[in-house]
Amino acid sequence: MTLPLGVTFEAFTDFGFWTSVGILAGTYVLFTLGLQLNVGYTGIVNFGQAGFMAIGAYAMGVLVVKADWSFWLALPTAVFIAIGFGLLVGLPSLRLRADYFAIATIAAAEIVRITALNLRDVTGGNQGLFGFDDSWNNLADQIESWLVSLGWSDPEQLFPLFLVVWVTALIATVLLNFATKSPWGRVLRAVREDEDAARALGKNTLAYKLQSLAIASTLGALAGFFVAINLNFLTPEAFLPAFTFIGYAVLVLGGLASYWGVAAGAIVMWTILEGTRFIDLPISAEREAAVRFMIVGLVLILLMAFRPQGMFGKKEEMVLGD
Amino acid sequence: MEAQSISSAVDLPLRERLRETAAARLAAQHPQYTAAAVMALGILILIARHGLHDVAQVSLNGLVLGSVYALGAVGLTLVYGILKLTNFAHGDFLTFGAYMAFLVNVTWGGPLVLAIVFGMLTTALVAIFLEKIMWGPMRARRAGLLQLLLMSIGLAFLLRYTIQFIWGTKVRALDVNVTDTVEFLGLRIGRTDLIVIVIGVITLMAVGLMLKYTLLGKRMRALSDNFDLAETSGIDTSQIVLFTWIFAGALAGLAGVLASEVTNLRPEFGFALLLPIFAAVILGGIGDAFGALAGGIVLGLVTELSTLEIEPRWKVAVGFGVLILVLFVRPQGIFGKATAI
Repeated sequence: MTLPLGVTFEAFTDFGFWTSVGILAGTYVLFTLGLQLNVGYTGIVNFGQAGFMAIGAYAMGVLVVKADWSFWLALPTAVFIAIGFGLLVGLPSLRLRADYFAIATIAAAEIVRITALNLRDVTGGNQGLFGFDDSWNNLADQIESWLVSLGWSDPEQLFPLFLVVWVTALIATVLLNFATKSPWGRVLRAVREDEDAARALGKNTLAYKLQSLAIASTLGALAGFFVAINLNFLTPEAFLPAFTFIGYAVLVLGGLASYWGVAAGAIVMWTILEGTRFIDLPISAEREAAVRFMIVGLVLILLMAFRPQGMFGKKEEMVLGD
Repeated sequence: MEAQSISSAVDLPLRERLRETAAARLAAQHPQYTAAAVMALGILILIARHGLHDVAQVSLNGLVLGSVYALGAVGLTLVYGILKLTNFAHGDFLTFGAYMAFLVNVTWGGPLVLAIVFGMLTTALVAIFLEKIMWGPMRARRAGLLQLLLMSIGLAFLLRYTIQFIWGTKVRALDVNVTDTVEFLGLRIGRTDLIVIVIGVITLMAVGLMLKYTLLGKRMRALSDNFDLAETSGIDTSQIVLFTWIFAGALAGLAGVLASEVTNLRPEFGFALLLPIFAAVILGGIGDAFGALAGGIVLGLVTELSTLEIEPRWKVAVGFGVLILVLFVRPQGIFGKATAI
C-alpha cells in the first residue's frame, strides 16, 4: 500500500523498526526522567543533561578500554563519577537564578564534550572509542538464548538491549514515583514552590537541590551507557547540546510533574522522529535530518504556546523557583 | 531569590571568611578596576613571556572576535533586560543574518556592503515578526519563565534546521578576499579581519553613543532598568519594545555577517557563538548594555590571548570557563549590581 506521498505502512508493522524506536525511546525515558525530577519536581532548569550522559558514557568507556577494568565494575564507578561531576557543577551554580543555572549547566556540558573531542589520547576524539562492549555482548547472547528457550525461534538481534533498557527505565520510573510521594519528595516540591519558605522551615534547600541533581546525573549516566551500547562506540557528536533539548521536547510533550508522562512523551516523540524516515520524500538524507529537528522545534514552540502542560502534566505544577 | 541568596546561610564558611578579607572587600567595591587590573596583569605576564609583538598580534585577533561577541551581546542583554526573555534563539539570528548576506553576496553576486545591509535588515524584520506572532502574545498571556525559555529553544531549532534544510551543512564563505594582508607597526592583519575590526568598532561606538545620548537609547536603558517605573513615567513601552527587537536583530545580523567572514559559516555556527555571547552578557552584568559591549571585547581578547599559553583547539572552552568562573565569583557581572540577581 503506497500513498501518493510515498508513505509506506509496511515499516510500521516491522518488528525491527519498533525495536530500534523502543531502544531510543527507552534511553530517552531515563535521560528525561532526570530532567523531570529537576525541572518538574525541584524547579531547577538543568540544561546540561547531555554532559552528564557524556561523563557517564566516557568514564565507562575509558575505564574499560584504556584501564582494562571489568565492564560491570566500570558501570557503577562511572555513575559515581557522573554524580561527582553533577555536584561539582551544582555546588557553585545552584545558588543562582534559574536562567543563570541553565546557562551554567549548558556551558559545563559543552566543556565535557570539547574535552572528549580534544583529549584524543584518552577518548579517541572524533575517531571514536571502541571495544568496551564485549561483556555486554556476552550478556546479550545469554538473553537471546533464554528467549530461544522460551520458544522464540529467531529473536530480533537488538531485542535484548530493548529489554534491558525498558526494564531499567520502568524500575527508575517506579522508584521516582515512590520517592516523590515520600517526605523527601514533598520537600523537593516545597523548594520548587517557594524556596524561601522551605528554608524558613529549616530545610537545607541547597542539599535537596544537589540530591535532585545527583539523581539526574545518575539517570544521565545510565542513558549514556545505553547510547554507547546502541552505537557500539563513543563519539563527542552523540552528546551535543541538541540532545538535551530533544529531552526537553520529550519532557514537555509528556507533561511536567508526571513520570509516566515521560515514557509517553518519549514513545510519541521517537515514533514521530523515526517514523519520518519512512516518509519517502524526494529530498536528501541531510534534508531529512533537518526536517526531524525542525519537528522538535515546532513541537516545543506549539506546546509552549497552546498546551504548556503537555499530555499528562498539570498547569499548576509548571513552576520555576526563580 | 533576591540578593540574599548570594550570601545566604547555605554558603560555605570558607567563602565567608575569604569575603571578609580587606583585599576581597576592596575588589568587591570596585569590580571594574579589579577586572581591569587582573587583565592588565595577565597581559603584562604574557608580554614578558612571549614579547610585545606576539601579544599585540594576538590581541588584534581578539578584537575581531570581541567585536562579534559584543555586537551579539548588546542585543541579547537588552532583550533580557526589557522583556525578561533569555533568548536562546539569539545565536540563530546571527546564523540567519549571515546566510542572508551569503544569499546577496554569493548567490546573487551582489557587493559585500549590500549583503551586510540586507543581512541586518532581514534579521531585524524576522525579530519584529517573531515579536508580533510569538513573544508579544505570550507576554500578554503572562507565560512563565520556563515556557518562554523552552519556546526560544524551539525557535532556535526551527531557525537553525530550516537554514540547514535550505543550504545544507556544507561550509560556506562570503565572497571576500581572505589572502591579502595589511602590515602596520610590524603587525600583520588580514584585509578581511581589518574590515571586521573597523566595521565592528565603529558600530560598537555608535551603539554606545546612541544608548548614552539619544532619547531612544535612554528609554531602552530605562526600560531595561525598571520596566514598570519607565512605563509609569510615560514612556511608550510597546514602541520601545519594537525598537529593541529591531536593534537586537540588526546587530545580531551584523555580528553574524562579520563572524562568517572570520570563521566557517555553517548552520550551527550561531548556536556555537551563543554561549560565549551569553558569557559576555553575564560578564557585563545581565541587562546592562554597556557591560555587554565591554564584556564582549574582554571575552574576545581573553579567548585569543589564551592561545599563547594553551593549544588553539581548546580555545572554544575558554569562553565557557570564563562564564563559569564569573558565575562562581561574581554572578552579577563586573558592572552589575548585586540586586540584579
